[in-house]
Amino acid sequence: MDRIKKWAAKDSTLSALFVIFFVTAVSLRLVVGKTMYTPERLMLMGFQIPEFGLIALGMTFSFLLGGIDLSLVANANLSGIIGAYILTGIWMPGLSPEMSIVCGIVSALAAAVICGSLNGILIAKFSVPPMIATLSTMTFYNGVAMALTGGESIIGFPKAFTRFSTATLLGIPVLFVLFAIITAALGFLLSATGVGRKVYLYGENPVASRFSAIHNERLIIGIFTQNGFLAGLSGLAIVSRVTTAKVGYGDAYLVQAMLVAIIGGVSPSGGKGKISGVIIAIIIIQVLSSAFTIWQLSPYNRKLIWGFVLIFVIFMNHIIGLYGQRKEKTLKEK
Amino acid sequence: MGQELLTVKNLNKSFGGIHALKDINLTIRSNEIHCFAGINGSGKSTFIKCVSGIYEPDQGEIILNGRSYSRLSPQEAIEKGIQVIYQDLSLFSHLTIAENIAINKIMNSKKRLVSQKEIYSVAQTQLEKIGVEMDLNATVQESTMANCQLTAICRALAMDAKLIFMDEPTTALTGKEVKRLLTIVMDLKKKGYAIVFISHKLDEIFDIADKISIFRDGEIVGDFERSELDKKKLSHYMTGREVEYPRYVRTFQDNTPLLQVDRLGQKENYQDISFSVRPGDILGLTGLLGSGRTELGLTLFGLNPHNEGSIFFEGRELRRLTPGLMKSLGIGLLPEDRAAQGLFANRSVKQNLSSVVLERFSRTAGLLDQKEEERIAIEISTDMNVKTSSVDAPVSTLSGGNQQKVVIGKWIASKPKLFIMDAPTVGIDVGSKAEIYDKIQFYASQGMAILLISDEIEEIVLNCNRILVMAQGRQIAMIEEEERLQASQSELEEKIMQLISEENPLPVQTQGGAVV
Repeated sequence: MDRIKKWAAKDSTLSALFVIFFVTAVSLRLVVGKTMYTPERLMLMGFQIPEFGLIALGMTFSFLLGGIDLSLVANANLSGIIGAYILTGIWMPGLSPEMSIVCGIVSALAAAVICGSLNGILIAKFSVPPMIATLSTMTFYNGVAMALTGGESIIGFPKAFTRFSTATLLGIPVLFVLFAIITAALGFLLSATGVGRKVYLYGENPVASRFSAIHNERLIIGIFTQNGFLAGLSGLAIVSRVTTAKVGYGDAYLVQAMLVAIIGGVSPSGGKGKISGVIIAIIIIQVLSSAFTIWQLSPYNRKLIWGFVLIFVIFMNHIIGLYGQRKEKTLKEK
Repeated sequence: MGQELLTVKNLNKSFGGIHALKDINLTIRSNEIHCFAGINGSGKSTFIKCVSGIYEPDQGEIILNGRSYSRLSPQEAIEKGIQVIYQDLSLFSHLTIAENIAINKIMNSKKRLVSQKEIYSVAQTQLEKIGVEMDLNATVQESTMANCQLTAICRALAMDAKLIFMDEPTTALTGKEVKRLLTIVMDLKKKGYAIVFISHKLDEIFDIADKISIFRDGEIVGDFERSELDKKKLSHYMTGREVEYPRYVRTFQDNTPLLQVDRLGQKENYQDISFSVRPGDILGLTGLLGSGRTELGLTLFGLNPHNEGSIFFEGRELRRLTPGLMKSLGIGLLPEDRAAQGLFANRSVKQNLSSVVLERFSRTAGLLDQKEEERIAIEISTDMNVKTSSVDAPVSTLSGGNQQKVVIGKWIASKPKLFIMDAPTVGIDVGSKAEIYDKIQFYASQGMAILLISDEIEEIVLNCNRILVMAQGRQIAMIEEEERLQASQSELEEKIMQLISEENPLPVQTQGGAVV
């Protein structure tokens, strides 16, 4: 017991998250019943987590820098559509199925990386506030996707590509394994490397970071490019699961991603938060989302709930923050 | 002797286990300037917060105008005429001077509508009280620090203050502005106000004080009449030891110039600056705010590109300067604004100390060697004598002086050949100041070149073996080693003071209201 207490005191955010996770998971089991955690259901969760999990990781990094990336989902959507044109043979016809898969994936990721770096360049080189920069690119990427497709669905993917979303490795979805590896790598990047340290320092105080001879611009462009890559992966995962590509897929993920980051203890004002918290938050949100599916909530009702929860969490964070400040203040007065 | 306004008996206040105020007994009278002296964390601010109603004392009695209180609410304190002007002034930067002066009074009158005319007349009345003319339509943002300070005083007067606490009002002011402020404060005293004045600058205290109370470790260790004290005795009471700063003399042998600056200019900020720095030099760069000293320092760190002249470092001309390049060459900068430019407030002491030298403990694939980081942090914090419970404590929990040592330390970790230090001792206590002077002189004796930018002339004269004086963006004098060695401390101080003031007429009002 003492050991648990000690551990809980060491990282209060993480331990609070664990409690929230258990309460949510258990109460849903009680409310929904046995169907909540059947093996099939868990498997389904494993398929869905990577899609918005990758977006949430991107959001986490932009929050850590004290910014925001509103274009993540639009980027995922656009790069998914670009990949889809090649995968379905509409662009570059005559490729073998294998070649079209390789080319499709590579060009989708390339497009995503370019879209991501554009955000970084706008923010770092032209000093556009992240909110404005990514809202503009979001609109722009959505517009490009719309212009390309005219709002129509793209269908006719190679079997091998669509099977990828449901493939399993030792009973675990392959995409989930891939996601776990990426998450671990990013967690490692943040906690143990120089780049991660610079992200925290910049997020804490960008001016002091510049005065510490840290290359702020390079850092911003790098992280937003990485965000683009994550969005691209997410876009491919969506296309592979849904087996069509269309403007507007994954729209709800943007708010979910913000929610994950904020619940996970990542401060939108920068410099604070860990991947470990984000992982638990991703699971909490996925469990809730699965319950919504069981209850057959319409997308509108879901939006209503996500929106409300986001506001509620921000409000709670504010209260907790005030309490923390008071505590800190009394500590300081000592 | 004026009448008793505020008497405090056996006031005690603790935070957690720390006794922040111990049995404070004090009387403040009208028609008096009462100075509080004491290093950071000695309890001055806590005392003010107790008598202005922010904190609830644990024990003791506060007697205001003959009525006794065990605790006060902020509202009661204001009604009884207590006003506190904090260091940051708490002004609304986008509102005009007039609005800032009048806002509290008008808010307090519970009127729902305000008229510009009323705001104006309230503001004008207060300005007359202190006998100053200011453009009431200028916004705080475009006003000088000095005018902002006066605005805050007027705001306090508008609230019918009887007792005004001023927490380090002169920190951000230039020499001339300080004099003007002190004159105004003396004038207020004559008009019957009680003023409590807090300052780190001993000169100011002796210029205006009637009474001096010295705080140390939460106690008042001495109550004196002005005439009973001198500087030495005061700093002795403040720190528990007498502070004697040694004068720096360069002993380093190597005379090859490290940095050479040739006819350097940057539009609007400075023109035609030429000097060179050798290893072991502490070159002082002094002048008033706006003389271009800070801008020149920024240029040499790659943050404010010059457009005329050239910069040579170790004989090589530098082009396309960036902080990254300057760091790799061995040039560091201690920025003038500690909180905004130097510190990562919520990060640990360790991470602050290592922020400049991440590559010193980066291994394959950018992996950070945490043990090595800890070792570096402990080495530097021990060397700089940073007082902290551990290197893992957030740097925001440290006192101002120790925070400054951390910001200096993070560059010392990179072992710079040239260290540009802008305002290294602003807003820190006498004890830390002495330690920092000691360190600066030690590093220079080891061959580090230091460019010391400061407007504290005493600091410059003590620490620098060569002094460059700037005014309005121009180099107006260069005091070389020989001259500095022959002249006495006070002769030099006077000379520099004169140079600066001759070249700088008092700020004048322009038609637009902005102060130039």
